[in-house]
Amino acid sequence: MAKKKTIRTIPQERTPAQEQDPRERARNFLEVSLGYRLEEALVEADRCLQCADEPCVRGCPVGIDIPGFIRKITEKHYHGAYDILTDTNLLPSICGRVCPQENQCEGVCTVGETLEPVAIGRLERFVGDLAIKEGWANIPYIEPSGHRVGIVGAGPAGMACAADMAKAGCEVVVYEAFHQPGGVLKYGIPDFRLPNEVIDAEIEKLRKLGIRFECNTLVGRLFTIEQMVTEMGFHAVFVGTGAGYPSFMGIPGESLNGVLSANELLTRANLMRARDFPSFDTPLQPGKRVTVIGAGNTAMDAMRVSMRLGAEKVFCVYRRSKAEAPARAEEVHHAEEEGIEFNWLTSPIELLGDASNAVRAMRCVRMELGEPDDSGRRRPVPVPGSEFEIETDMVVFAIGTNANPILGQTSGLKLNKWGYIQTDDSLATSIAGVYAGGDIVTGAATVIQAMGAGRKAARAMKAYLGLRDSDCVYTPDTDDPAGRRFGIPAAEHNFARVRLA
Amino acid sequence: MQSVATPSFEIVSREDFSDVTYLLEVRHPMLAKAARAGQFVIVMEHEHGERIPLTIADYDREAGTITLVIQAVGKTTREMQANCRVGTSLFAVVGPMGIPSHIGAKKKVMCVGGGLGVAPIFPQARAYKESGAYVIGVLGFRNRDLVFWEDKFRSWCDELILCTDDGSAGIKGLVTEGIRQAIARHGDIEEVVAIGPPIMMKGCAEATRPHKIRTMVSLNPVMVDGTGMCGGCRVKIGETVKFACVDGPDFDGHLVDFDDLMARLGRYKVAEKEALERFNESCRIRGGAEGTEPEPATVDDRPSTDG
Repeated sequence: MAKKKTIRTIPQERTPAQEQDPRERARNFLEVSLGYRLEEALVEADRCLQCADEPCVRGCPVGIDIPGFIRKITEKHYHGAYDILTDTNLLPSICGRVCPQENQCEGVCTVGETLEPVAIGRLERFVGDLAIKEGWANIPYIEPSGHRVGIVGAGPAGMACAADMAKAGCEVVVYEAFHQPGGVLKYGIPDFRLPNEVIDAEIEKLRKLGIRFECNTLVGRLFTIEQMVTEMGFHAVFVGTGAGYPSFMGIPGESLNGVLSANELLTRANLMRARDFPSFDTPLQPGKRVTVIGAGNTAMDAMRVSMRLGAEKVFCVYRRSKAEAPARAEEVHHAEEEGIEFNWLTSPIELLGDASNAVRAMRCVRMELGEPDDSGRRRPVPVPGSEFEIETDMVVFAIGTNANPILGQTSGLKLNKWGYIQTDDSLATSIAGVYAGGDIVTGAATVIQAMGAGRKAARAMKAYLGLRDSDCVYTPDTDDPAGRRFGIPAAEHNFARVRLA
Repeated sequence: MQSVATPSFEIVSREDFSDVTYLLEVRHPMLAKAARAGQFVIVMEHEHGERIPLTIADYDREAGTITLVIQAVGKTTREMQANCRVGTSLFAVVGPMGIPSHIGAKKKVMCVGGGLGVAPIFPQARAYKESGAYVIGVLGFRNRDLVFWEDKFRSWCDELILCTDDGSAGIKGLVTEGIRQAIARHGDIEEVVAIGPPIMMKGCAEATRPHKIRTMVSLNPVMVDGTGMCGGCRVKIGETVKFACVDGPDFDGHLVDFDDLMARLGRYKVAEKEALERFNESCRIRGGAEGTEPEPATVDDRPSTDG
């Protein structure tokens, strides 16, 4: 056993990850962060103190055994690290890239009290990417339970729930309205942040668990939630349709041409590949001077996509200050590096059009921070007489979304006053056997929170169906007969095999 | 458990009404079962295609098919005209989308369809007839050669007024002339439903406004997903902004801001023109018969697509 590590003995500097040069990457859709190489991962893994307290595990919405997988990296047992990760998170390559780690695991890291916290996200991505490269796929021992589970929405919440239910032996069908699974990972998050190949590789792993994806299926309209649990024979249903309906501000000029939601911009550019027009048929008239309203992750994506589509200038307009910006710190940093011009403490008041009904400018007013509001953040108030204009030919609203109305229109699901699906603490809805989670319950949040909700609902669904909660059930690395007793794999030795008639 | 087989969206029949208008009947049993009057689908012809909204012109629950009537106005619809033969399949068909039309129990209604709006008004006329209403159909075409589905409408309408721009069939004039004549004959029309190009629907709404007859129109603005997610299809209805895909597509025609709608329909026209020119060029290079120039857009061209 090596000598116990202390804050003084570990590598003091956080290991940087190689990145594409900002000037170069601002014009291409290749991934910005190149990720850790093996030697970099080993140095960074060595920075974990393996502290007894493990605050990072509590900071993780899905409760990954973070010190456990990092220890495996330091032991150079990379497949072991992958096993530990996939015990709780089947999609490490995705989460390692898009989780807001600074507010979660890394935000509470013990090392972070003195030095920069351990780069947990980058290590997670390293292991996930290695697994894709090496073709590792942990197919757990699955005994069919005879239950059928329907999942509505193939985004992060649905994917996480589907994985857990499949592992518990259920036959799982995931319905998706778009022509490809992935949800916001596909239509929203651009390739330079999360390449499509990574998403496809992770979805392929779900298919290997026996999960079936049915695209081009608009649940609610093609068939209802009620039909799923009655005539279609699903024993349990999970709804993870996302928030959907983008917000606008209601200021004059919003219907001018060149004004659109971030969802529309991103969907055209990412899922529909308008960036490759005319090889792909979906059009997108890119702006020369693009102004994006909002400072969340979606806003950062919209700005950086606009830059890559050839904009000469991209502006961010946000009514609060940089400290309040909801985006991941790394995304704001990357956006700044790429030459996005930020207008903090600025609020749009009117969009001005030209004779052809296209937007030509945005009138703004400067703000200052006043007293704290309900959210605890200081309320921005306009500075009188500070109005000014930004010349712009494309305005993108990235100020959040409202509840998608389709399931409310077509089912008896009880909604809250904002139109989101109402659930109890276990994520059960008002219809027996139907559970819901992710943005359609909470309003817009993060990918990992949606995944956490999908897994939480899966636990409740398993209890509802009378299934054992079988996390951490992997077949051994090798099919070594010595590891099996009476034909039962080692990992399964402690399970009582009881099937209720 | 009902089996939910992955549909292949096979084209089972096709009919060409004119050089630019064609009908496709597509196999999709679940969709045929779920579809109701007033709803639409989103179609992708191939994997690299764009998603285009098309109103469901008919559905046959027993045969398990839906019918789309398409006008070749842009790159995608012209490409579909060239490629969609019986036995081929579409890459994606999703729906039924939108809130079904509210049929209710009305005594006398008028269903108005102009140009490409003729086909989508059919399910509404049939639904009203089935609900027991007296149905007056008003159909507008540019000329006699473009007339289609006349018999189909006659079998479900109590009266049918055919209007052509040149008077070569029915009465001479726009559908608004047909509406004027029908209102003059029937003082008790409870509701008018109008589908067609925005300028036509605007004219219909203006024709009924003085008579205070409730007038529903079906809007088909530019959209991407059709599920409420992109907001591209937002329309002004009175003082509020609605998304046509999930809040519509039917709205009160007396409240719709048609000028706003028409201005917004043109927002991808530069890219659309470029795509169409490239397509025509590639047709010429292939030496195909499709390489002829499309007819210039007229008010009859319902800009229902992105492309």
